[in-house]
Amino acid sequence: MHHLDRKMGAFEDISLTLNAGQFLLLKGRNGAGKSTLLRTLYRSYLAGSGQILFHSSHGVIDLARAADVDVTLLRQTEIGFVTQFLTARPRVSAEALVAEPLRRAGRPFAEAIEEARHWLETFGVKPDLWAAYPTTFSGGEQQKVNLARALILPQRLLLLDEPTASLDVNARAALVKRLADLKSGGTAMIGVFHHPGDVADLIDTEIDLTPDNQAQEDREDVAV
Amino acid sequence: MTVTLDAPQLVKTRPLLVARNVSKSYGSVQALIEVSATVYPGEVLGIVGESGSGKSTFLRCLNLEEIPDTGSYTLDLTDVEGNLFDLDRYARRMLCATRIGIVYQNPHVGLLMKHSSSGNVAERLLVAGERRFAVLREKARDALDASEFPLDRMDAPPIELSGGMQQRVQLAKAIALEPALLLLDEPTTGLDVSVQALVLDTLKRLQQERRITMVIVSHDLGVIRTLADRVMVMRRGQVVEAGLADQIFQDPQHAYTQQLVHAKL
Amino acid sequence: MSLKALTRDWEPMSYGFLDASAKREIRRKTLKAIAVPGCQMPYASREVPMARGWGTGGLQVSCTLLNPQTTVKVIDQGADDSVNAASIRRFLARVSGAPTTTDTLQADLIQSRHRIPEEKLREDQVLVLQVPNPEPLRPVQPNMSIARQMHADADYGRMWLQLYEQIVRSGRVMQGASYPSLVHGRFVMTPSPIPRWDVPKLHMAKHLTILSAGREKRLHAVPPFTRVEPLVFDDVPYRVEEHGHLTCYRSGARGYFMNEIPQEDGSSAFEISDSDYGVKTIRKGDGEAVDFGDTWYRNGEMAE
Repeated sequence: MHHLDRKMGAFEDISLTLNAGQFLLLKGRNGAGKSTLLRTLYRSYLAGSGQILFHSSHGVIDLARAADVDVTLLRQTEIGFVTQFLTARPRVSAEALVAEPLRRAGRPFAEAIEEARHWLETFGVKPDLWAAYPTTFSGGEQQKVNLARALILPQRLLLLDEPTASLDVNARAALVKRLADLKSGGTAMIGVFHHPGDVADLIDTEIDLTPDNQAQEDREDVAV
Repeated sequence: MTVTLDAPQLVKTRPLLVARNVSKSYGSVQALIEVSATVYPGEVLGIVGESGSGKSTFLRCLNLEEIPDTGSYTLDLTDVEGNLFDLDRYARRMLCATRIGIVYQNPHVGLLMKHSSSGNVAERLLVAGERRFAVLREKARDALDASEFPLDRMDAPPIELSGGMQQRVQLAKAIALEPALLLLDEPTTGLDVSVQALVLDTLKRLQQERRITMVIVSHDLGVIRTLADRVMVMRRGQVVEAGLADQIFQDPQHAYTQQLVHAKL
Repeated sequence: MSLKALTRDWEPMSYGFLDASAKREIRRKTLKAIAVPGCQMPYASREVPMARGWGTGGLQVSCTLLNPQTTVKVIDQGADDSVNAASIRRFLARVSGAPTTTDTLQADLIQSRHRIPEEKLREDQVLVLQVPNPEPLRPVQPNMSIARQMHADADYGRMWLQLYEQIVRSGRVMQGASYPSLVHGRFVMTPSPIPRWDVPKLHMAKHLTILSAGREKRLHAVPPFTRVEPLVFDDVPYRVEEHGHLTCYRSGARGYFMNEIPQEDGSSAFEISDSDYGVKTIRKGDGEAVDFGDTWYRNGEMAE
């Protein structure tokens, strides 16, 4: 991490391996670098050193050094990043926003909207809000729209940054169910959760990032 | 620390725009020093930097208004080959008129202020050889509509319109011929904040619906953050950093970019 | 051998008023203009004993082309008898000894302001038009250096835009005289302020037309059998003035370009603009034997 001229190491020498359909939980106290690691995998942050090998449908690629356009392509088709915050745009309806990933993947408009409505319903967004603009929604509703959008298209790898925080019970149940479905469909997931109990049934492995307490696997390799 | 990235492996399409080592000086002032850029079809490249960083000069070079001292510039189009900087004036003009659209910060540069708005859009089509009045009308109307310009004002001259509306006329003119490349030079600077948001929204919508390849220059990081897939940071005529938009904003590598990002956040 | 044998006799002025080098320059520029139809050629417009703006450009070309055998006709707005036309005709005759006429059929050289005669011109006739402003791009591009570049690039989008604007604002093309026209598919020219009625007469005409602007120091030409196409949209047809149904109140001639003469009661009377054609019509009505030439318009319609 950089802050002006000071350089701050967020974490060092993290190694992990993840197979298709596996769920990895990142643990650690505040500031341990959980979110930073997720963002590094997503390439929002550049890794100082090391490799992030991703078995894409096109072949193996090192995400730490992949060209920007390749990362953009993977983000559109294979790697998803789920936060609790929606980047809503003015004058774009909830259903259009949710349908966007499908549209980008080339699905016809009517079909994409249909599916978008299904997921909005699943996450408990009321039908009269579907055609409204999420910029005007409450935080909770925005979060549901965001989840519907982020999870609508099955990805090979999902990065989850505390998606359950402040979510109501029904929506949380819907989320866990969707994650379970995606997982059984072969999606690999790496998540950070405040309350790991929500997803306890899904977790396959855990890594603790607290510096003096590292239970590491021996290779750095994200395999799907 | 500089990170060198691999060449694209997954993306097999050829880049639409490749500019290599573009340098330009005005007397002893070096406006551009070895600036290179690559843009893939459908991508939005943002160029940020403070005033005088050379970003607008670079954009003018991409619009072939300015011919640099050295460097090459190619567009992956069927009807034109080789270094576009080597084209003669006529070929340059035709290429710009038909394949490249531009929106200037100052509408006075891009528009005939006393002609009708629809006429400003129609001029593009006329240059391209359209000679049917009804078709001109219809296409001008469509382009203005796509730019979310109120059609009941389509024959009003831009001088009678607000700044936001003038930018929409420029945008309609730029997209009327469905250009391969859309260049935007500070398209929302000088508009008040709410109008700025609406114009940005229109741009975003166009980009989503039409997958237009864009290069957008702005000193306003908010504009770049909203629109750009990738960002190039310029300072004193040089590119100091380039990368994915979220990476540039969240994890800037160069000290200058860090200052720029933090000054804004 | 005496010195006198080697020199010419003293004369008060050069033949045809202009000195030999001035005429040579105009001849050369005229040839150039004919070689590149519609392209404006600059020339060193000389002083003539007439104010700029009164036809000095046309006068210089006429002076250059004249010889004692050339029969000259001069018209102004179609009339042979206006002061300006009469003065120019007398001047040309005096400096060259050329015979003059008012009959279009008799003339070898016709200098005209704002009109083309109604009778068709022949291969052996030359029409010289006086041009106040030779640059069609001036209304859209005040910078003449850039306008010249635009001509070079055939960049006429702005001309079309002007027509577009007129239709949008007024529902029709408002351009009356000087209707911009594409010559030989390449250069847009202004045909001098002739009415729209006269522009089709230039298209594939048998005669040579030379258009000369004395104040602006440029001349251009439409050679015989050259395409002259008024700029029009494909779906908005070119329209000439609706004079086809009008009758001249003096001569009874019908189907030609008319001058409107307002009457005291608020109505209008119409008088044929081509005065010689009117005179001929009257003389024929009086029973004289008159020779009419073939006309471009028949029964008020442009003949194919």
